[in-house]
Amino acid sequence: MKLTLKVWRQQNSQDKGRFESYQVSDVSTDMSFLELFDVLNERLINEGKDPIAFDHDCREGICGACSMYINGRAHGPWHETTTCQLHMRAYNDGDTIVVEPWRAAAFPVIKDLAVDRSAFDRIIQAGGYISVNTGNAVDANAIPIDKVDADAAFAAAACIGCGACVAACKNSSAMLFTSAKISQLALLPQGRPEHKQRAEDMVAQMDKEGFGSCTNTGACEAECPKGISITNIARLNREFITAGFTSK
Amino acid sequence: MLDAKIPAGPLETKWSKYKSTVKLVNPANKRKLEVIVIGTGLAGASAAAALAELGYKVKAFCFQDSARRAHSIAAQGGINAAKNYQNDGDSVFRLFYDTVKGGDYRAREGNVYRLAEVSAAIIDQCVAQGVPFAREYGGLLSNRSFGGTQVQRTFYAAGQTGQQLLLGAYSALQRQVSLGNVKMYNRHEMLEIVKVDGKARGIIARDLVSGKLERHFGHAVLICSGGYGNVFFLSTNAMGSNVTAAWKAHKQGAYFGNPCFTQIHPTCIPVSGDHQSKLTLMSESLRNDGRIWVPKKKDDNRKATDIPEEERDYYLERRYPAFGNLVPRDVASRAAKERCDAGYGVGASKMAVYLDYAEAIVRYGKIEASKKSLDHASEQEIIAMGKAVVAEKYGNLFDMYAKITGENPYETPMRIYPAVHYTMGGLWVDYDLMTTVPGLYALGEANFSDHGANRLGASALMQGLADGYFVIPYTIGNYLADEIHTKPIPLDHPAFVEAEKAVKGQLDTLMGIQGKHSVDHFHKALGKIMWDKCGMARNAKGLQEAITEIQALKEEFWKDVRIPGKQEEFNPELEKAGRVADFLELGELMCKDALQRNESCGGHFREESQTEDGEAKRNDDEFAFVAAWEYKGPSSSELHKEPLTFDIVHPSQRSYK
Ligand SMILES: Cc1cc2nc3c(=O)[nH]c(=O)nc-3n(C[C@H](O)[C@H](O)[C@H](O)COP(=O)(O)OP(=O)(O)OC[C@H]3O[C@@H](n4cnc5c(N)ncnc54)[C@H](O)[C@@H]3O)c2cc1C
Ligand code: SF4
Ligand code: FES
Repeated sequence: MKLTLKVWRQQNSQDKGRFESYQVSDVSTDMSFLELFDVLNERLINEGKDPIAFDHDCREGICGACSMYINGRAHGPWHETTTCQLHMRAYNDGDTIVVEPWRAAAFPVIKDLAVDRSAFDRIIQAGGYISVNTGNAVDANAIPIDKVDADAAFAAAACIGCGACVAACKNSSAMLFTSAKISQLALLPQGRPEHKQRAEDMVAQMDKEGFGSCTNTGACEAECPKGISITNIARLNREFITAGFTSK
Repeated sequence: MLDAKIPAGPLETKWSKYKSTVKLVNPANKRKLEVIVIGTGLAGASAAAALAELGYKVKAFCFQDSARRAHSIAAQGGINAAKNYQNDGDSVFRLFYDTVKGGDYRAREGNVYRLAEVSAAIIDQCVAQGVPFAREYGGLLSNRSFGGTQVQRTFYAAGQTGQQLLLGAYSALQRQVSLGNVKMYNRHEMLEIVKVDGKARGIIARDLVSGKLERHFGHAVLICSGGYGNVFFLSTNAMGSNVTAAWKAHKQGAYFGNPCFTQIHPTCIPVSGDHQSKLTLMSESLRNDGRIWVPKKKDDNRKATDIPEEERDYYLERRYPAFGNLVPRDVASRAAKERCDAGYGVGASKMAVYLDYAEAIVRYGKIEASKKSLDHASEQEIIAMGKAVVAEKYGNLFDMYAKITGENPYETPMRIYPAVHYTMGGLWVDYDLMTTVPGLYALGEANFSDHGANRLGASALMQGLADGYFVIPYTIGNYLADEIHTKPIPLDHPAFVEAEKAVKGQLDTLMGIQGKHSVDHFHKALGKIMWDKCGMARNAKGLQEAITEIQALKEEFWKDVRIPGKQEEFNPELEKAGRVADFLELGELMCKDALQRNESCGGHFREESQTEDGEAKRNDDEFAFVAAWEYKGPSSSELHKEPLTFDIVHPSQRSYK
């Protein structure tokens, strides 16, 4: 296959950035999308040019590092698939592919396609945990948990913190990410005692980081590679009300 | 003489006695003591969180953009613990015994017993943190079985156990960050250990965004930097996994234990072409229900589903009737290689075997039908119900396989082949997890500790969290209790200045070469040498050749590598170059270690040492020791031996027949 890549190049956070075009031939359908970038980068290095910077690590769809906005879609065309798990089988000979970084005020570009997502860490720091010190736990089977709740908590916990939800949202809202963590912990008896404070603190941090507000467009759910459901946002909104944010 | 400092007394009481007699540091003094933790995987995140909870001042480092992305996140199958929730005869002793035996009698009894002992508390801790392990309808935790054992002691969260455990530890760590007890350094890479008067007192790190070097002081330094499987270029490890932190520690005096002990995992997706950047593991848990086979006929080009039952060779079930498809990893990997080398491999490359779920789907379907009292369910209905059960258990793995290969594993058997997965070798540590440099510790996959010559499935997660949550919080006190009068060393101390200068010197040299080939070019060449000559089967001639070839490659690298961009900017190629420079040195040591160990044990298979039916043959008279290598300068190392004694378990030829 022969493809045209239009890639966002930006030297650093100050640089304004621009698209550059590259022709790549001999693309195998078995290649992953990131392997395509490996091949292109190898060529750029051999030509004495600057390779394209992008975040990646596990290449198994689980670490959440990879983050490319491909032809107008976070992580590209495949349903529930991260950029690293997208394979070139998805494309046809002669296609043009436009690749950009996540675009959101709260995710400043570091270089090319790599952005700074440390705002997500700070949202977790605001309350995305259960306050239990090591060594204080009771026997793991002391509190049985309804399988339905356990499975729902797991489904919410599957979030990989990639930020595609933010990139896909026209408001750059981080509600799907934030609500997934709040839901996971609220669904488990261990997480109940702190749930109100947690919801309040995490949402406050989210606002402080400059993420936009949620207007329920559902774009986040559609692009989330882990199928995190917007019912988590509904659940958060319930927590929001019971937490009595406004009255405090 | 190497002293592992195993406490005296009976095996069962060593650790409890140690805990009740170890030196303590009072809370006021803990606040004055600073600990540097390199790595935020299971080992590093749990250690950093637990130490901060105790009151120590912690600085934690990782090279990814967030602590949550450490490679532990990718672990799929599960974590072992001797809970005996299944009432199937499990116990601390049995987990200990299985681990020592599984490691082919090349681990310390004292360490392994402690690991088994603390395993149960790990599960309690994780559940308390909100880790959503799989549960049964009764609300209690569910277990599955893993290779090398006959009990069900593996806890899991679908195929994402590592992710859930790491997010638990990450949450605990972030909580300590918010409390001000941990300072987190993302996108930072440690490039040197700073020693003052022989003790580890800090590090030099590079801020990967600005490219600037930084100095950090600590009363103690913990290396939790993971394994070095990427020395083979292709492995199941994340792209960034590397040996640099451990290797710098090694060059500063920490001995390297059993570097040649590598685990080749039997069930990975085969290589598809030259562009291949990494290999993907299909969790060992798949061997619970899947059956592994090749055609009985050589070069059989029929589709898998067209090959009738009687023409299939379920070679693991044939060779190892007692354990069948659940033999340990080293045994399963070699058996796959044997079949493919003999010409029975499948797929385009012929370097693959089948992992087949057809029978499991029918079996589960029938169970569902009987649960729902559907006595007259059609075959199609049974298969549909069976697929649903399999999807619930292994769905994410099946999806991953489908995305990568374009084939549907519910319909046709998966093609799998062994791939490098884990390194049992690592920094030598004593019972306290301290290396041979005072104040320098190693935890998790970065140390050589508990798995001997072969790690059992679901035991790495257990070890990482044991080290971090339950071992280091005690053992570090033993050292730090004597350090309460040590004031923070100013960062303009000559030791810091010198160390930074050396690091800067290496970066300047790398940037200055401006040769012809990319870093990956050298990494791939190294990987090929390692896989061909220090991989699943090794022999003296090949290893000697490998040493010469690696030395030549290293020379070429330092003359001809090309790194674009600048030093003081975000420059992933420069990061990779430093890592490959260290892999080149490590690769040579691995080959030397493999050459020295003229026996087969666990994952280390020397062709010269095998039984009549091709099984690994140990030589306990000559090799019942830990090989601990001391760095003596470029291409020069001295071997120290820590003898292994077995008081409780009696080494025998491992048999899974
Ligand atoms: C695909 C896969 C599946 C697995 N499945 C299982 C399983 O089911 N059960 C099981 O028990 N085990 C499993 N394992 C093994 C297990 O996941 C690992 O052994 C374990 O997670 C290692 O944890 P760690 O904390 O030691 O290191 P890692 O998780 O690798 O973390 C290393 C950390 O060190 C940091 N680091 C490294 N070098 C530097 C440096 N120079 N400067 C700063 N930071 C640095 C990294 O940023 C990272 O934070 C699996 C492994 C793989 C590859
Ligand atoms: S909710 Fe989905 S898209 Fe958002 S960070 Fe989590 S995994 Fe990524
Ligand atoms: S590289 Fe880890 S999710 Fe894509």
